[in-house]
Parts: sequence; structure tokens; C-alpha cells
Amino acid sequence: MAAACVDSLQLLLPHDWPKQEVMTGTTIIAVEFDGGVVVGADTRTSSGTYVSNRATDKLTKVTDSIYCCRSGSAADTQAIAHVVASHMEILEVKSGEAPSVRVAASTFREICYKYRDSLSAGIIVAGWDKQNGGQVYMVPIGGMLIRQSVALGGSGSTYIWGHLDATYKPGMQKEECVEFVKKAVTLALNRDGSSGGCVRVGIITKDGVERRTFLHHELPEYYLG
Amino acid sequence: MNIEAPPLWSNGPKPGLFYDFPGRSVGQSLVNDHAKTHTMYPTTTGTSVIGIVFDGGVMIAADKLGSYGSLARFRNVERIFKATDEAVLAFGGDIADYQFIREVIEQKVRDDECGGYSKQLDAGALHSWLTRVLYNRRSRFNPLWLDCVVAGFRAGKPFLGFVDKIGTAYEATEVASGFGQYFAIPMLRSAREKKSDGIFTQAEARKVIEEAMKVLYYRDCRGFHRYMVATVTKEGVTIDDDLDLKKDTNWDLAHLTKLL
Amino acid sequence: MSSIGTGYDLSAAQFSPDGRVFQVEYAQKAVENSGTAVGLVCKDGVVLAVEKIVTSKLYEPGTNKRLFTVDTHVGLACAGLLADARAIVDVARNEAANYRAEYSVPMPVKELTERVSNYLHAYTLYSSVRPYGCSVMLASYLNDSPQLFVTDPSGLCFGYFGAAIGKAKQNAKTEIEKLKLKELTCKQLVKEAAKIIYLVHDEVKDKQFELELSWVCAESQGRHELVPKALKVQAEKYAKAALEEESSDDEEDM
Repeated sequence: MAAACVDSLQLLLPHDWPKQEVMTGTTIIAVEFDGGVVVGADTRTSSGTYVSNRATDKLTKVTDSIYCCRSGSAADTQAIAHVVASHMEILEVKSGEAPSVRVAASTFREICYKYRDSLSAGIIVAGWDKQNGGQVYMVPIGGMLIRQSVALGGSGSTYIWGHLDATYKPGMQKEECVEFVKKAVTLALNRDGSSGGCVRVGIITKDGVERRTFLHHELPEYYLG
Repeated sequence: MNIEAPPLWSNGPKPGLFYDFPGRSVGQSLVNDHAKTHTMYPTTTGTSVIGIVFDGGVMIAADKLGSYGSLARFRNVERIFKATDEAVLAFGGDIADYQFIREVIEQKVRDDECGGYSKQLDAGALHSWLTRVLYNRRSRFNPLWLDCVVAGFRAGKPFLGFVDKIGTAYEATEVASGFGQYFAIPMLRSAREKKSDGIFTQAEARKVIEEAMKVLYYRDCRGFHRYMVATVTKEGVTIDDDLDLKKDTNWDLAHLTKLL
Repeated sequence: MSSIGTGYDLSAAQFSPDGRVFQVEYAQKAVENSGTAVGLVCKDGVVLAVEKIVTSKLYEPGTNKRLFTVDTHVGLACAGLLADARAIVDVARNEAANYRAEYSVPMPVKELTERVSNYLHAYTLYSSVRPYGCSVMLASYLNDSPQLFVTDPSGLCFGYFGAAIGKAKQNAKTEIEKLKLKELTCKQLVKEAAKIIYLVHDEVKDKQFELELSWVCAESQGRHELVPKALKVQAEKYAKAALEEESSDDEEDM
């Protein structure tokens, strides 16, 4: 009986499925605006071609006002995010104030660079601090660190670089940024097989984080030809 | 400087094994964890860097693109930095490695400053130091994927040197890495040959650097039109960090293209 | 020190019956024997001044400095055994460099002082080591905020607006209290710092001394540097003039 079960599973699924590492084939994005940042991500987690979670939350908390968007190996990025989050907690206790976004991003970079041979991680670190306001940093595979006013990552990003270049305008207000993020992620998850589901958005300002989820069936429709 | 990172996960249970208690001899481990792979390829990369010596100084240039494979992903990356008043460095290759070595160098400079006794590092000293670091890393089969151009002074005289990821090093009156070796070097040399004394003025140097960067933009798929130029003279270092050569390019030939 | 010689002062690992650790107190004595150092915080930076006592005319000027730079944005002035202080400077430099390597930003001087203090404290716990016979002042100007901290051989540390360590610390503190620190700029404060050092210097006991002056402030772009020569000359002139005026006042009083 048990053997029959396995057989039917093997017919249904690609035979390499159990050996595949869980990858967050992903679309992630972050934009700075005056007073904060907007981060966004799709909600699909896949293992090979199997959707192992269709409502994932890829916006991961690092501190109360710093979030990261993870792409690459789910296991690796989750572990790194945990390490950095606990590190930042200790730092906050030691220094008596909330760690800056720069410091959090540097800590991500430190780990990603040092262990670049064993990790598969592309991470956007975004947040707000009282010194420099809203900031977005990108730590791509390989462990470099760069500040950007808009950052894009994950497999889905490849399909929307042109869209980003054409529609991003410096100095957008908060709600404009949310619309921009929502549209970009929607376009990407429609074209990228490894991205999909809903669009989750986080808005980080001095007041903390506001979360919004745009459900899959309520997303705007674009050209489908 | 931390060259070898400690293992990310050690002493814990290996897949299919029990916990490795401290004090248990390492030899008993059934899993061979001594074999280690290292990065043998770059990820986010910068393309060519070029440099020339002129009368009383040195000038180097690099564009501002950080390529991610063939994707022109980061278009505002600085690949040139000032180490001291007598040394600037430009890097091609892996940007993460560049950021790493840059922080190491900046700390070295700070150490010297804080000590308060040593003479500030000049380009000759940094070039020599870089040859050791890069050769050492390649000998551990863990190279820093970099092409470095070091410009400035050595013992008060203009100096221009090059080191690559395996430690190959030389100094010359014109240097370039990557595509620059094929396109920029011949341009710089023929421009120099046209001078009777073989010595550029600063203005001439700037002109020929601009021309070389333009050709690299035409002919290098990883090239970019926004670039930086750093100049070192006795007066110190000046860095122009938002130059753009797109307006100076010439595409008249597009009209001449005819189908046979 | 009623219990001196009662056998409880030979090791830092042993308390006396009345709950003291004599080795630590002796280390503090070493600090109190040293030339004075003062640190002053004002609205745009911190000034450090040291009375470096010169014990022989054969020494070259400027040797055995007691002002150090720990990181570009942190200055250190010490009192006590200079060799001990140098070892502490080394520790502090390593801490600052490690912090930078980890977080890519300059180390806040509060955290730096705490790390250094923890290190000092470790040397008050064991019989096999002796406590450090020095106190250090750490000054920094970071993100428009001037800060000054002082450590003690026991491993304690405090933040200050104005601090003094060394043999004339009491006199120096009295002088510092007369200043309206929050209203002054570093440029003005350099003169006051010089004046205090000249004022508290004991000409009878210590004939010669060298004044060391440094600052971390807006004027120096947040870097710790020796005060520019011209300004230092000015400050010394001001200090000497103030000293003469005061001594002539004294004569009149008599």
C-alpha cells in the first residue's frame, strides 16, 4: 500500500523533487521615500517546480524599524536573518539605541561575504533610523554592499528591470511608492514561474511598520497576450 | 586581516551522525569536512580600469558599472578610492572583494595615522603590499578576484602599478586591465609616441584617457558611459566621480552601414 | 589605609576583612602620582590637555607623549604608568578597529569605554596579574555629539562634561567648574584648558613640564588631532599671562 503511494507520487512529481533545496524563487523590491521605505515581495515558495507555500511572508523583521527581503536559499537566508536580528538586539541593549540600517546591512554583508562559498543569498535590507531616515541597501550573492534608492532582487526581478527604469521617479511620495512596488511585483510574478501568489508590502517610517497584503485575485491585470 | 573564515557550522551533529562532543578526536569523524571549496568565479563585477603617468603625476579611470553576469545591475558603483594623499587605487573584478580589500587598506591607513609616527603609505608601498596579499590568496586556492591599478607616488616620484588576481605585478607608464589591455594600451602608447619627449601634460593625459574610455564603451559589452577619473599630483588627489561620455560618442557610421 | 601591611594587600584576588582590594587602591595611587590631565566638553567638541612632567633636561621635547589617537574620531589622554597606558591604547585601538570591521561605522565612544573598562576590570580579579596603574580619558565627536569618558583601574567608568585625572585633579576640577562649558567653543576652550594645566602645575615639586593639547571637534572635521601649533602658542601665552595676573593679585592681597 505504502509502495503504491510513493509510485503515484513519483508519477505526479518530477523525480528530483525530494532532492531539491527549497529556494525562494522570488521577486523582492524596496524603494526609499522621504520619511521611510516601502518594501515588497511575492508570496510563493517553491521546491523545484512544486509550490511548497503559496502565501509565504518574505518580509522578515530584523528590528522594529528594519526589515529584510530574502531571495536565494530559504534555509540560508532565514538563518542569516535570525543571526542578524539577534545581533541587532544585543547591539541595541549595549548601545541603548536602535541600531542604524547601515549597521544592520553591514552585518548581513559581513556574513554573506565571509561565507560566500557556502551561502546562496541575495538580500535587500531596508528600514528607517533617526540619523539618516529611510534607507535601502542591497547585498547580492557574493557579499557586496551598496545603498540604492530603489533595489530589486530575486528571480522575478530579471523580467522587470526595464519596467523599473521606465517608471521609477526619484522623490515619489509614500502612496506612489506603494503603487510602484505593487505594480512591479505583479508584473514580475506574472512572468516568473518561480514567483507568484499575492503581493505583500511593508511601509517603514519613524512610526514603525505598516503591513498590507494585496491578494492574488485582486491584483491589477496587465497584458496577457 | 581575516583571510580564512572559521567554519560556519562546527562541532554540531553532522547529517546522520550524533553530536561531536568536545574532546573527541577529530579523526573519528566519518564525514570528511576538510575538503573545502572556494570561490573561483566572481559575481558582481566591474570591467576594465586604465591609468597613465603624465608630467608630475598619474591619472586613472574606471566606469561605474557593477555587472551581474550580463545584467547591468548596479550603475553607480565606485571602483576608485583614495587611500592616502599619495595613493589612489582602482579595481576591476569582483566588487565584493574590492569592498573587502578597500576596508582592509583603509584600516591600515587609519592604523598609521593613529600611531602618529610612520610615514603615510604611498602608491609604491601599497602596490608592493597588494602583490603579497593577492599572491598569498591565490596560493591558498582562494583568490581575491581583482585587477588592481595603484597610482600615486613612490619616494616622491610618480608611480603607476598593476597587480592581478594571481599576484602578477608590474609597473609601467601606462597600465590597463581586461579589455583595456587590448583597446586602451595601444591608444595610450601611440599617443605617447607622438610626443617627441614621450611625456604627457596633465591636460593631454586627460584627453587620451577620455578617448580610451570612449572606445571601451563602444567595444566592451560590460562597459558603461558613466565613469570616474582620479588624478594624483604633488598637490594631492582629485577625484571626478560623475563624468559621462555618452554625449561625446560618435555614431555617424550608423548611416554608412549598407546591406550588400 | 588602616590595614596596610596586614597581609591583605599582596594580591588582587583577595579582599581585606573590611571589604577592600588593596592592589586596586594602590593602582589608583599610581594614577594620582601622575601629571594632571583634563578633558573638557563644549558645544562643538572636546578638548584634552595634559601636563607632561619632564624629569630630565636630556629628554628630547615631544617624547613619551600622553595623548593618543585610538581611532580617527577618538582621542585618549592618560594618567599613571605610561607603559600600562600604552598597552591600554593598544587594546582600545583593536576594539575600535574590530567594531569598524564588523559594522562599517565608527565605534561609539561609550561602547569603546565600556569594552576597555571590562578589560581593566579583568585585571582586578586574579592573583597572577596586577591591575593596570593608569586611568584613561576617551574623547570623541561623532554625529555632532561631543562625549568624554574616564576609566579607572578598578574597571569603573563615567561620562563627564569636564574631567580631571592625576595629581592635581582636585584643583583642576575646581577650575573646570568655574567654566560655562556649554557656552564655549573648542577654540575658546583650548585656552582655558591650557590655563588650567599651567595653574595646577606645582613648580616646586615638578620643575619642568610640557603641555600637550588635542581636540576632536567640528573645527577638526570630527577627527582627533593635536591642536594646531599657532593656536597652541596662543593658548600657552594666554595661560602664562593669566598665571602672572593671578600671582600679582595674590601679592596685592598680602
